[in-house]
Amino acid sequence: MKIMFLLIGCSLVLALGFLGLFIWSVRSGQMEDDYTPSVRILFDDKPLAEEPVETQKK
Amino acid sequence: MGKVQQANKLKCFHCGDSISGASIPFDAKEFCCAGCKGVYELLSKNNLCDYYSLDENPGLSLKNPVSKVKFNYLEDDQIQRQLLQYRDDKISRITFHMPTMHCSSCIWLLESLYKLEKGVSHSRVDFLKKQLSVTFDHHLCSLRKLVELLSSLGYEPSLNMNDLEGKKKQGNNRKLLYQVGVAGFGFGNIMLISFPEYFGLDSFSHASFSRLFGFLNMALAVPIFLYSAQDYFVSAYKSIRKGIINIDFPLALGILVMFVRSSYEVISHTGIGFFDTLAGLVFFLLIGKWVQQRTFDTLSFERDYKSYFPVAVSVVRNEEETTLPVNQLKIGDRILIRNNEIIPADSILLQGDAKIDFSFVTGENDPIEKVLGEIIYAGGRQIGGTIELEVCKTVSQSYLTQLWNSEHFAKEKVSSIESFQSVVSRYFTVALLLIAFGSAAFWLWFDPSKSMQAFTAVLIIACPCALALSSPFALGNSLRMFGRGKFYLKGPDVVEKMAKVNHMVFDKTGTITQASESAIHFEGATLDNFQLLAIKTLCENSVHPLSKRILGYLQLPKSEKLPLENYLEIPGKGIQALVDGYQVKLGSWEFIHPGKDAQQELLATRVYIAFEGTTSGCFIFNHSYRAGLKEVIHQLGSNRKMSLLSGDNDSERIRLQEFFPEATQMLFTMSPSEKMLYIHNLRESGEKVVMIGDGLNDAGALKVADLGISVTENTAHFSPGSDVIMDASVFEKLGSFFAYAKDTVKVIHMSFFISLMYNIGGLSFAVQGTLSPIVAAILMPISSISVIVFTTVATYLFARKNNIFSKESL
Repeated sequence: MKIMFLLIGCSLVLALGFLGLFIWSVRSGQMEDDYTPSVRILFDDKPLAEEPVETQKK
Repeated sequence: MGKVQQANKLKCFHCGDSISGASIPFDAKEFCCAGCKGVYELLSKNNLCDYYSLDENPGLSLKNPVSKVKFNYLEDDQIQRQLLQYRDDKISRITFHMPTMHCSSCIWLLESLYKLEKGVSHSRVDFLKKQLSVTFDHHLCSLRKLVELLSSLGYEPSLNMNDLEGKKKQGNNRKLLYQVGVAGFGFGNIMLISFPEYFGLDSFSHASFSRLFGFLNMALAVPIFLYSAQDYFVSAYKSIRKGIINIDFPLALGILVMFVRSSYEVISHTGIGFFDTLAGLVFFLLIGKWVQQRTFDTLSFERDYKSYFPVAVSVVRNEEETTLPVNQLKIGDRILIRNNEIIPADSILLQGDAKIDFSFVTGENDPIEKVLGEIIYAGGRQIGGTIELEVCKTVSQSYLTQLWNSEHFAKEKVSSIESFQSVVSRYFTVALLLIAFGSAAFWLWFDPSKSMQAFTAVLIIACPCALALSSPFALGNSLRMFGRGKFYLKGPDVVEKMAKVNHMVFDKTGTITQASESAIHFEGATLDNFQLLAIKTLCENSVHPLSKRILGYLQLPKSEKLPLENYLEIPGKGIQALVDGYQVKLGSWEFIHPGKDAQQELLATRVYIAFEGTTSGCFIFNHSYRAGLKEVIHQLGSNRKMSLLSGDNDSERIRLQEFFPEATQMLFTMSPSEKMLYIHNLRESGEKVVMIGDGLNDAGALKVADLGISVTENTAHFSPGSDVIMDASVFEKLGSFFAYAKDTVKVIHMSFFISLMYNIGGLSFAVQGTLSPIVAAILMPISSISVIVFTTVATYLFARKNNIFSKESL
């Protein structure tokens, strides 16, 4: 049963890691705007047409 | 008519407006104006036509282009420094407020700004707040150039005096999120560690485990106790110092007792304590707080004149035009106001044709003409050409802005309406303390060893968690339901106020009348085609708003016209000309019949028409009342008193009497401060008053009332001192909104009852001194969750019942 001590230690470290992630996400402003990202993710980024023009110039 | 409709089907590819008249074809697409075409050209050149595929006709109409001179002031270094959030020698960052942002295409285009302008390195949209933050290289692209680019796309940022005064406060609810995070972390882990205890597995585990688990729980509970729950202690302490007992007092007491008793049990090896209950309690409470705090970011309820007035104004000094920040204007300065600009300070008209739209101040939408030498009050918007004015009062001393210097604006709004929760929590706390001390005294007599246990157990089990949750969840949820119905509340406490008001005061113009579509009809002899055409030709030459409306009423094709000579416009009277050789006059009674006694102006504005000196009839402009006014008044008036205040004369009294109950007090020609005083007096006499108004002239009244509702055609508009911003399109639902507020309060009552039942059940264990941690750990979450579920479901069902929102909006 000694293994329990190790397991509990592991689980706490893991949980602390998640808490840290949560604090990081709040700090970086992810909780400020909970609507725009849901729209933004649907935009397709098309390859820029400007690039070939630039190579032509070169 | 058929022809017209067909033409209407043609929509501008850019803005989606129907094209009247000739369309501008470009690239096999139709555009309504050169501005829209210009945007399309710009976007297609830069390969940004995805803009049009994300949403249908996403563009903003550019029929009224913004004049470039308008942004001269952005060159000013001082103004720039005040507007920019950050600036070093290379990079600047600014956040714009953009009320015109409305769809996903907007987000896409604004975030692709770097493709249009090399100087922009990064732009990001916050759609709910309607904000755009841009990082740009100010060597490549000046602030002015950036703003001009945005305006030319139709996204004109709103820059106003407010932006100059200090940076916006940000992230005030971040602390709450951290607290929720810490509490959630502790709650989860403590529950996990306490699991063996719940299932009685203790018997075959080592004693060392249970000791370890106890200390681990304590360690996890310390941050919850010290950090997550700290606001409750602060609030309880503050309320005691003020001599009031609020709901936070029993909560804080329960949390404190729980922590102390559990720590004692763990340290003295007498038990495992109530740390699981403590963690769960704090976690649920904080969730409730968070639910309540989520309100409407986009709306500002305390918008005052500063968020409406421009940042800077053009000033003429030594024959030269410069720009000056508005708050630096001095008496005697000469200012230039262009089309669609706002007059920032009371001033005297020196030059130009002044047509001032005071809709923002009075709610009246017809521009008023002013003659040279007349004083024009601040807040009016010039329509038409450029005018020159001399400032006669500084901005802060102007007629309008003085409203804010009045004492009523200085102090926080105090309402006599107390929330149900604060009333109940007073009695609850007293009862709780009585039971706790009572049971302690009882056991002291019979079995002193159990006394302390019973005392703490009562405080733990009766900690009014569910009670404290029912209000936030019920109110927070109904707030969202109201929001779906375009009825935006400033905060949850407003719902309870709505349920309790007993005197409704309406403003007339703009509130119960519709500003945009006054109904027009023609009275008199039937006009033949030639006469109609003659009127149309005459009206086309005038820029007077009434002429514009007659044109809209006649709806004749643009191409047909008659020859016109000797055109004459007499301001404030009328217009006349020789149309195709015939003398045509259009205007007021005095203008058409000089010398004759004026016919009594009855209920509406009249414009008379005369051909060759004989009157043919008149156009009548009725103020139309909002749809459903009668039903709304009937529904609300059944058990509330009513008043009507108007700044206009009493010409409409008779018509209004049809709508309002007999006992209604109707007061006309009221000034803003008289309205304020009237409300103030009503409140003094013990009435609970709701003011329903619009515009700045009601600002004082909205502020002093228990509840101020501002009705607005555009929710981004000005709405000072109000508790509720209501979209004018849902005016007919006003009665249902008030009914729903009452239902919400009913839901709160019911959920209070439910949570009381749980408390009484728990107390029966506690007073016997037999409360085990497991009972507390089960009872607390069950009661909380059942209250949350009940309030959420019940508020939703009541919203459906009252038809608060249309089903499509789900």
